[in-house]
Amino acid sequence: MSPRTVHPRLRRLPLNIAAAATVVVCLFPVYWMVSTAFKPSTDIQSADPRLLPRTWTLDHFQRAVEADGFALFWRNSVLVTLGAVLLALLVALGAAFAVARMRWKGRRQFMLMIFIAQMAPWESLIIPIYIISRDTDMLDRLPTLTLIYFMITLPFTIVVLRGFIGTIPPELEEAAQVDGCTRTGAFWRVAMPLLTPGLMATSLFGFITAWNEFAYANFLIIKQQDNRTLPVWLSSFQNTFGTDWGATMAASTLFALPALVIFLLLQRHVTSGFAAGAVKG
Amino acid sequence: MPVAEKRTAARAPRWRPDTRPTARPARPAGAGGRRASRLWPYALVAPAVGGMLYLLVYPLARAVLISLQDFRLRQLISGDAEFVGLRNYRTLLSDPRFWEVVQRTFLFMALNVFLIMVIATLVALMVERLRRIGRTVVLCSLVLAWAMPVVAATTVFQWLFHSEFGIVNQTLTSLGLTSFDRYPWFANGTASFVILVTLIVWQSVPFAAITLYSALTTVPLELYESARLDGAGAGRIFRSVTFPVLRPIFLLVLSLEVIWTFKAFVQIWVMTRGGPGDATTILPVYAVQTALSSQRYDLGSAASMITVVLMSGVLVLYFRQMFRQEDESR
Repeated sequence: MSPRTVHPRLRRLPLNIAAAATVVVCLFPVYWMVSTAFKPSTDIQSADPRLLPRTWTLDHFQRAVEADGFALFWRNSVLVTLGAVLLALLVALGAAFAVARMRWKGRRQFMLMIFIAQMAPWESLIIPIYIISRDTDMLDRLPTLTLIYFMITLPFTIVVLRGFIGTIPPELEEAAQVDGCTRTGAFWRVAMPLLTPGLMATSLFGFITAWNEFAYANFLIIKQQDNRTLPVWLSSFQNTFGTDWGATMAASTLFALPALVIFLLLQRHVTSGFAAGAVKG
Repeated sequence: MPVAEKRTAARAPRWRPDTRPTARPARPAGAGGRRASRLWPYALVAPAVGGMLYLLVYPLARAVLISLQDFRLRQLISGDAEFVGLRNYRTLLSDPRFWEVVQRTFLFMALNVFLIMVIATLVALMVERLRRIGRTVVLCSLVLAWAMPVVAATTVFQWLFHSEFGIVNQTLTSLGLTSFDRYPWFANGTASFVILVTLIVWQSVPFAAITLYSALTTVPLELYESARLDGAGAGRIFRSVTFPVLRPIFLLVLSLEVIWTFKAFVQIWVMTRGGPGDATTILPVYAVQTALSSQRYDLGSAASMITVVLMSGVLVLYFRQMFRQEDESR
């Protein structure tokens, strides 16, 4: 009797333990960030740490938000990121349309270039870009960052949009053209509405990439400290908060929140491998 | 990217449609419209090409140039750098410190990539065997870990490993390992190195695991069944059935992870700046330190170019694999 009825459960036990361990390892740092942010300072700096905060407090968040320049850096980050994403979308839409729907010489070469650009060694271009920006008086300015983030997100945006445009049957636009639309008009009126989800998803991933970017923001904004962005500000938290880990974790939480929310919203796309590799730091 | 590519491409038959010209409708145009419509695609890709030329090709060319010049703080200000041929490369290659950094870079890369691929494969196999609810929970937590912004995650790890109030030290101490009481992780080279590897693995496993998992779901169930009927054990099934199907995606993820090792620049810079001493200095960190901290832009550029060359070897493998994938999915 029982070996057959008991076994499956027992046999699944190691599997379930492994799954639980994975969940804990994945979530613990995130959880610890959030819970530290809500704990009173006395609990943070105590000899015996508690997994669950005894009392909750918003003091740390208040201190993080009121910290010097937080609002300003938040605004800078949003401006740079939005600028980069919109620019990338606009440019990518044209390019993706040309690649997906038109025949022209050099298209394959163009796509190869895009694939290579996607793997561009940005960490190795910091020095020349620093020197070029210095020569052209673009150091310490937000538009420089916008341009670079635009270029970082562009290849991915083109690749994904090309895929999305490809899934829309050209017959739809042809029908509109037969009915008297111009080619552009047909694209705007027929294909664009169908493309909206794709555009949303793509731009959100671009948003995350630009939102998280640290290296260029750190090395191209040097003297004009007012033009820093959130990641750089957060990385120098010790200048701002000293050893106030509660406020540091509150600031981290506020910085991470948009990315976490976007990822969870897009979870379906993410897990189906749609974004594979798009977002990594 | 690659996977996305494959997935959407499989559904849509328009990857490189010039191979099937009949699918294309006749273009609506008279003679004048025809010429204009021939220029249209070029106008549409022009901004993208322009951006790439100015923001990628030009900086790369500039870096090559600088690496062949005598370029220090004085030249940065006055702008008259002198051409010195391969002198910077010779200086670098004869510097034992540089070779240590190269060695460390490879150690760092091998360690990261090995751990990431092993753990990710195990997690992917595990997720596949879970029931629906468990699977959703695990995938969600993987996504959350993946979504953590790099700088935020790095800051959190600094807090986890804080010498006095960090949870890691407190846990280890309460487990009886009293030597970890107030153990200063970031003062010790090896310890910092280990923490960085842990951080990178923690951040990279979710992407690899999710991608591998979605590849696993494409393995036809009948294959498993017939293998089981033939009496194959779990290990044998993995080797002979699962892995061959997984292989292309596995190789893609592997080469991506190798390339992405260099992105660890951010974590390293935020956490340790390459220290203590040189313990966590890998190539990109070395290049930036040399250039921006010691104002040897020429040597820094040379180190960057060596990094690019090392990377492009892996990149070639990656592209070969990717285009093979593309061709298969057509």
